Amino acid sequence: MRIRSLAVAGLALLAVAGCSASPTPAPSSSAAALEGTLTVAAAASLQNAFTELGDLFEGANPEVTVEFAFAGSSALVAQLQEGAPGDVFASADAANMEKASELLSGDPELFAGNTLTIVTPPGNPSGIESFADLADARLVVCAAQVPCGTATAAEADAAGVTLSPVSEEQSVTDVLGRVTSGEADAGLVYATDAEAAGDAVERIDFDTTVVNEYPIAALNDSEVAAAFIAFVLSDEGRSVLASYGFKAP
Amino acid sequence: MSLAAGLPRWLLIPAALGAAIVLVPIAGLLGRVPWARLPELLTTEASLDALALSVGTAGVSTILCLLLGVPLALVLARSEFRGLALLRAVVLLPLVLPPVVGGLALLAAFGRNGLLGETLELAGIRLAFTSVAVVLAQVFVSLPFLVLSLEGALRLGHRRYEQVAASLGASPSVTLRRVTLPLVLPAVGAAAVLAFARALGEFGATLTFAGSYQGTTRTLPLEIYLQREVDPDAAIALSLLLVVVAVVGVLLTTARRAPR
Repeated sequence: MRIRSLAVAGLALLAVAGCSASPTPAPSSSAAALEGTLTVAAAASLQNAFTELGDLFEGANPEVTVEFAFAGSSALVAQLQEGAPGDVFASADAANMEKASELLSGDPELFAGNTLTIVTPPGNPSGIESFADLADARLVVCAAQVPCGTATAAEADAAGVTLSPVSEEQSVTDVLGRVTSGEADAGLVYATDAEAAGDAVERIDFDTTVVNEYPIAALNDSEVAAAFIAFVLSDEGRSVLASYGFKAP
Repeated sequence: MSLAAGLPRWLLIPAALGAAIVLVPIAGLLGRVPWARLPELLTTEASLDALALSVGTAGVSTILCLLLGVPLALVLARSEFRGLALLRAVVLLPLVLPPVVGGLALLAAFGRNGLLGETLELAGIRLAFTSVAVVLAQVFVSLPFLVLSLEGALRLGHRRYEQVAASLGASPSVTLRRVTLPLVLPAVGAAAVLAFARALGEFGATLTFAGSYQGTTRTLPLEIYLQREVDPDAAIALSLLLVVVAVVGVLLTTARRAPR
């Protein structure tokens, strides 16, 4: 993991700069040192990647403390609408960013993409090899009401496969839990979740047609919020996200 | 009519605050009910499926709670042995456990890789993702409510009637049927309503253990949680439904108690 992330970071830097190979924290663009506390409301699937981004951002800006609120995107929108504190909002889909549009102080920018992948318990007990095999499997997916469920339905449509899951979960982590516990023979989760699960699952990639895109936006016009968003969108930010399995938007 | 007869007046202040903690959120919920859309929201296929599943599983759970809980309460109330306090504490554990922990425990017992899961699998029985799992989760969380309230009633000192019956030659079974149970019948009714209400509201253990699928495992609380993602109005409408069912249940229980 560590080696891969360094390799990805190195490649990204080589591609951009063509020389230096050691990743360096992005210097803050503004002349005055940034300070204060930054609260970032971010989709649950971003937890690992954003925690690392937050650490790096704090390292580059010692006077800044970054705090995160990780939850499902729609729950975050509801909390923000009810007055929860937040300077930056990173959503797992455009629909929830749209719901928060009245709270935003700038236009949302896409910073990452995520695709679905098939996961099975170790050993792949029911021998899943392709998306079509899911039709007869003891399968768990996300409910159509949440972003990963929308993506699941779109992939099934594109593949022309009728899925008959035994359970439609509220969140992608719940789907993953069903698979790692061995209750289900297969699940459809995001590539990033499969990556984070490591050896607890076997991963079977298929030709995806849907890329779930993640927008990020400031909730006020603070400099720190703008600097954090710029950092997430920077090459270094992208390479950190890539190391957790996120695609470029 | 008298307000807090014989009590110091200052007691009314914390008492009123206590009542407000319960009443204000309920009032807030009622304030958000989309009354105009209510019929439409409550009659969607998903809502009706969830309601039918909830009432059905909670009903079966209540019957199971009665069949298992009444004997358990009798044994706990009429026994004296070392370790009784420990046994009671363990049986009542689901009262204080977060339901999601209950769900994890049920998975560890009846899941595919659970304690009994392999045996069940060999017998061709799969519980996870079925309505049976929903009932199991509900019994797990509501049984202690029934046992606790019934044991209290059983300890109220009806022992003498039982002893008299025994001295007149009644067998233990006859004493149980003709003396003990009739005496605690109102308490059994109240305990059953409590268990039904708890089963109806069960969320965490069901979500963790049984899964979520329309018509099979997605009960009303799960449907509310899911609808909240897309249509908060629908979630509020379904919440109102649960509040009404719960209030009716509680009123039925307290109405029984009032004459005493």
